[in-house]
Amino acid sequence: MLEVNGVKKVYEGKSRTVEAVRNLTFTLQEGEFACLVGPSGSGKTTLLKIMSGLLDPTEGEVLLNGKKVDGPPPGMAIVFQEYGRSLFPWMSVRDNVELPLKQKKVAAARRKELVDESIAAVGLADVHSAYPWQLSGGMQQRVAIARAIAYEPQVLLMDEPFAAVDAQTRADLEDLVRDLWHRFQVTTLFVTHDIDESVYLGQRVIVLSSSPTVIRDDVAIDLPDERNQLHTRSSPRFAELRARVFEQIHRPKEETPGAVDPHAPAVIGQN
Amino acid sequence: MAFLRRFGFALGLPLVLFALWWVTSANSTNFYFPPLSLILDSLVAEWFGPRLADDVLPSLMRLAAGYAIAAVVGITLGVLIGTYKRLRDLLEPVLEFFRAIPPPVIVPILMLIFGIENTMKIVVIAFGCMWPILLNTAEGVRAVDSVLSDTARTYRISGAARLRYLILPSASPQMAAGLRQGLSVAIILMVISELFAASDGLGFAIVQAQRSFAIPEMWAGMIMLGLLGFLLSLLFRLVENRWLAWYHGLRRAQRAG
Repeated sequence: MLEVNGVKKVYEGKSRTVEAVRNLTFTLQEGEFACLVGPSGSGKTTLLKIMSGLLDPTEGEVLLNGKKVDGPPPGMAIVFQEYGRSLFPWMSVRDNVELPLKQKKVAAARRKELVDESIAAVGLADVHSAYPWQLSGGMQQRVAIARAIAYEPQVLLMDEPFAAVDAQTRADLEDLVRDLWHRFQVTTLFVTHDIDESVYLGQRVIVLSSSPTVIRDDVAIDLPDERNQLHTRSSPRFAELRARVFEQIHRPKEETPGAVDPHAPAVIGQN
Repeated sequence: MAFLRRFGFALGLPLVLFALWWVTSANSTNFYFPPLSLILDSLVAEWFGPRLADDVLPSLMRLAAGYAIAAVVGITLGVLIGTYKRLRDLLEPVLEFFRAIPPPVIVPILMLIFGIENTMKIVVIAFGCMWPILLNTAEGVRAVDSVLSDTARTYRISGAARLRYLILPSASPQMAAGLRQGLSVAIILMVISELFAASDGLGFAIVQAQRSFAIPEMWAGMIMLGLLGFLLSLLFRLVENRWLAWYHGLRRAQRAG
């Protein structure tokens, strides 16, 4: 349903050009939960911005349900890493969640239903009228997630959403995201630089190289669907998958610059 | 208790100054520095008497009109200039030039065009206090957070909704700073516009009192002006505290965190 075809992004500077993303091709199936993992500075955010239509690719294209993405398409929601800067500080939690729905011209009764349901789903039912900045970081990110869910997107993109919260909150939020995915069946792409997180969360991990970015590996996560922070993370299979992703990320770039990664094309789009 | 202490602290110095003035001027025989008691008599008799309706009110009406025009024009232009880079590049040199003109010097020109009636004074006030409002608004609009702006774009909040839910609230703290500066400029210009040629108003009455050697009345007029400025800025603070409650809360939260 979401296809990324040969996407390349080159930033043209005054004195130098930076090739952030070299060549990326992959497809997300309807209802899939995929993680995109790569080292810091591997163009993950660039890719996400291209996928969401905030940025034009230099080459290639992104298709959502067969339609080319140019500009933010309807039916796509993003959760940004900087929760403190993605919620409107002058609006209450409830108004923040409701605003995109108003914009979408959802009828008032249905709007109320969606807002109530999604705020309850992220466990914030008692803070409707608070301002976002009155909440902790983890709670703010929950609001951002509630806003995305209430929007009823076909695709949910998450850009390192838990990079700035503490470890315990992060574990809670990971389980929350899996719950929500089960409940609402939204096609989800979760971007992270945390290998454990990428293996724990999704059905599939797409491994990116450092910049200029290519796909290193595309790993199907065959862990049981019922996951749990303690048992899943200590299972032997988790360790194997984690090791595989780790190796791919840390594999030195043996190929000369410009050469095509020998592993990437073989596994692209298998899922 | 804490409130009382703060209140007492804020009120302390004014009371001391007042007492000092009262005592030192009590037996003054200097014509130009009359006793404070005399000045206060005149304040109550004249300024809170007939002059309230004859002079203070017309001044305040002109102030309100000029300030309102400046706010509307300044915010509108500020939003446009802050939004469109091309427009900014085009207008910036001209704006800098006009801003550099001290507003009192346009009084003679405006007198030629509009005469000496209300229109001239309102235009002077509006022209002078528009700049801080315009420039601060433009700056605030330019500084909209990029993540917030991306968020609005992905949720397809555009056009009028973008202005209403993103641009204006986001620029409002800067806008308020401009409006606050504009208010003090407006009060100054309200008086100045009445010094040259007028038949009523605070500035006119003070000059009139000075020229007719009604010295206590002149001093009382100045106290009246001080009180007015103080009250207006207090009023502004009250409005701003309600309007920007979210911003002050956000700042407190950021400092605490």
